[in-house]
Amino acid sequence: MPRYTFKEFKSDQEVRWCPGCGDHGVLAALQRALPDVTEALGYSKERYVIVSGIGCSSRLPYYMNTYGFHSIHGRATAISTGIKVANPDLTVWQACGDGDALAIGGNHFIHAIRRNVDMNLILFNNQIYGLTKGQYSPTSKFGAVTKTSPYGTVEHPFNPGSLVLGAKGTFFARSLDSELKLSSEIMLAAAKHDGCSVMEMLTNCVIFNDGAHKLIADREVRADRTIVLRHGEKMIFGKNKDKGLVLDGMGLRVVTIGENGVTEDDILVHDAHSENVGIHMMLADMKYPDFPVALGIIRDVSLPTYDDGVRDQVNEQKEKSGIKCVDDLLRSGATWEVK
Amino acid sequence: MQHKVIDTKDVVIRFAGDSGDGMQLTGSLFADMSAIFGNELSTFPDYPAEIRAPHGTVSGVSGFQVHIGSCHVATPGDFCDMLVAMNPAALKANAQWLKRTAMVLIDSDTFDEEGLKRAGLKSDPIGELYIEDRTIIIAPITTLTEESLKDSGFDKKTVHKCKNMFTLGMACYIYNRPMEYVFKYLERKFGKKHPELIEPNKKVLKDGYNYAANIQAIPNTYNIEPAHQPKGLYRNITGNQATAWGLLAASEKSGLPLFCGSYPITPATGILEELALHKSLGAKTLQAEDEIAGICTAIGAAFSGSLAVTTTSGPGLSLKSEALGLAVMTELPLVVVDVQRAGPSTGIPTKTEQTDLNQALYGRNGECPMVVMAAHSPAGCFDSAFNAAKIALEHMTPVLLLTEGFLGNGSEPWLIPSMKDYPKIVPPFVQPNTPYKPFERDPETFVRKWAVPGMAGCEHRVGGLEKNHEGVLSSDPLNHAMMVREREMKIEKVADFIPGLEVNGPESGKLLVVGWGGTFGHLLSAVQEVRNSGTSVSFAHFDYIMPLPKNTEEVFSRFERILVCELNSGHFVNWLRGKLPQFSYRQFNKVQGQPFLVQEIVAAINDNML
Repeated sequence: MPRYTFKEFKSDQEVRWCPGCGDHGVLAALQRALPDVTEALGYSKERYVIVSGIGCSSRLPYYMNTYGFHSIHGRATAISTGIKVANPDLTVWQACGDGDALAIGGNHFIHAIRRNVDMNLILFNNQIYGLTKGQYSPTSKFGAVTKTSPYGTVEHPFNPGSLVLGAKGTFFARSLDSELKLSSEIMLAAAKHDGCSVMEMLTNCVIFNDGAHKLIADREVRADRTIVLRHGEKMIFGKNKDKGLVLDGMGLRVVTIGENGVTEDDILVHDAHSENVGIHMMLADMKYPDFPVALGIIRDVSLPTYDDGVRDQVNEQKEKSGIKCVDDLLRSGATWEVK
Repeated sequence: MQHKVIDTKDVVIRFAGDSGDGMQLTGSLFADMSAIFGNELSTFPDYPAEIRAPHGTVSGVSGFQVHIGSCHVATPGDFCDMLVAMNPAALKANAQWLKRTAMVLIDSDTFDEEGLKRAGLKSDPIGELYIEDRTIIIAPITTLTEESLKDSGFDKKTVHKCKNMFTLGMACYIYNRPMEYVFKYLERKFGKKHPELIEPNKKVLKDGYNYAANIQAIPNTYNIEPAHQPKGLYRNITGNQATAWGLLAASEKSGLPLFCGSYPITPATGILEELALHKSLGAKTLQAEDEIAGICTAIGAAFSGSLAVTTTSGPGLSLKSEALGLAVMTELPLVVVDVQRAGPSTGIPTKTEQTDLNQALYGRNGECPMVVMAAHSPAGCFDSAFNAAKIALEHMTPVLLLTEGFLGNGSEPWLIPSMKDYPKIVPPFVQPNTPYKPFERDPETFVRKWAVPGMAGCEHRVGGLEKNHEGVLSSDPLNHAMMVREREMKIEKVADFIPGLEVNGPESGKLLVVGWGGTFGHLLSAVQEVRNSGTSVSFAHFDYIMPLPKNTEEVFSRFERILVCELNSGHFVNWLRGKLPQFSYRQFNKVQGQPFLVQEIVAAINDNML
């Protein structure tokens, strides 16, 4: 297997996202991650398929020099499912936006997660419809003023993390468009995970929703308002690494190490592999200003995949059944001879 | 009364009862035993959408009509020679289908005040329904079944479930059917799990037979000799089963695994259920979260190299429209089976119609042509599905195969073919590691080459956006015009690979009867009847609608009049008017959720002869 570099995964197509769009960062992270994925898992380049729906982020397959399918609005997840189930030797990646995956494609999204189809789903969440020029999406904040909500939305947004975990998701991670290294790290882990890996990328739309994630993503405040979770490590964050998360009754609480008798020993250790979804759900739900927003791999648990299940049943029946070809089938059951 | 055994060439029997009375089973067992006996036959299940509609009401009546003969049988028959009515509602719902000479067998136990009231009848149903002149056999079937099973230890509910076996036993006597087949069926069905049910059911069956033989109420019994059928191995097959098997055959002949992504919908579900059974032949089935996911998973499977299929009925086809456009645009092979039912909207889900043809031809955005075919008989669904898959795979296009509820649920005996007589299917795969332009076309057929993920050096992107031959996005006006034209030419060129239109009857003349799809048997029977009465008439039936067979124009030009008969308000006749406007067409249409009656077509033909 040759060692690929990001160049092999870059297509010759001109990238047509707006200058400053957060999607550039996710694309760069993916192009950097795939050589590592290839090395770790031994996939040759022709086995990659990148699927997308409709929207700005769904242009991504054109920028990757792999097999690609730019499909129709909302349906990428169903198409990815078909590709993977029909041909489990392929490694399927998907790019979709918050409108694509959570509004028009919401049904396919939750069912792919429920079935645990082995695919890597990158959800670009900029909380806005960009390609149709600025309407609110299912993740827009309550009250967001957009072209279709000139007086502010009066609907509650989805948190993609709780949706994924509620649908029995086996892998959920989150990163920021500008955190290339963390994004690549998550993508490698997603590839290694057998099952439906959902990666929420908090992206900025410079034109229609500039500063969507500014409150947590700005360089000066990022360390204090986000926490990068790593399995087996303490949930510590902050510029001075002095803040942490503890369990307090039924919920989480932010504490400062060294204050009120809190020591590092009191801080929770992240267990991404825990079957129990309780703490993962609370982590995924954390919102600024009460909590830091959780980045990194929040959940990574193992469950049989749908595509394996389908393939195994086929192999089992091929072994067990007396019907080995269509001629056998046609002559099976009740037949009679006219002489 | 003098009992006579009468030889007859064909009879039509309709079993009708409450939707929980087991009439579908009774009817299909009667059909199967007649098939094994050597009769030709055709069946027509006519059942309500509700699994258990309100007990005893007309809306809850489930019927199964079977037509058996020693001669050729092409339809389930218009009117019946015998009606089995398990309750007053069944009698009321079916009295209109009785021949003048018909025999009616009723379970008198259900004809009490309550039963009559539920059916909306008064005290004298026979008089009220104007059927006094028919032979009415009144038998207390419920009581007799209870009596038969009094030592079985079964509870009342289980006993009543055996009523249909008593009825079947009586029918076996009246039509001289050997009961061994039913014995074997009962052993097979209950053998492992409920062996205790085998003997009691056999007993009820035999008691029914003996009862019929002993009472003096049955004037005549009937012999229907075996038909003179070609030699060979036969089986009964429904249209849905034949569709599934035809697809499996295409999978074998193409060497591509079958993938079916579908969502359950009446009356198409049987195809998905059947395919799900045959994993041993490599078939993967995915019961999707909705109709759209059904077709989209299939499109994904096509992209990754499977023989991809999605199955549905009218409302489901509406939901799939956008994705059909994607399949046209990406030029991927895909078989879409639409088992049509009465619409619009939810319509009458269990009733048959041909009202999806306009949707199949036109129901997409943009210039969006695809191959549209139709199956013409239950067993014929096998070849139609095979050919649909062959065209899809060899011409890189979605193919829409229209069948009908009437075909999907109807059954007929089938001379089992041998797979060695079917052609190989050869998809246009690209040679790996050769320069690949995704939308470069064969100059003759306009078919593009197929590169499947996993083939090194052929990485490319497909999608819903317009592209040029190289597969690069293009909104260039002339490129778009060219691609639109080429996609259309690709479908038109399929006409070079399909059989020509055949004429049944004289090659030219005054009137050509034209049909498509599941009306074949009725139209053929009607045309033959008219011809037998001394009038010359010809018949041409279309299995291919888009594109039309190449000789269509030439065939039409040999007739003075063309009469297009279909179970909609004129979809096909209008398609023909657009394609071949030089001819003047007449039309005969019916939109009642029911098949044609042979008699009404005969009348229409005679009207159009004037």
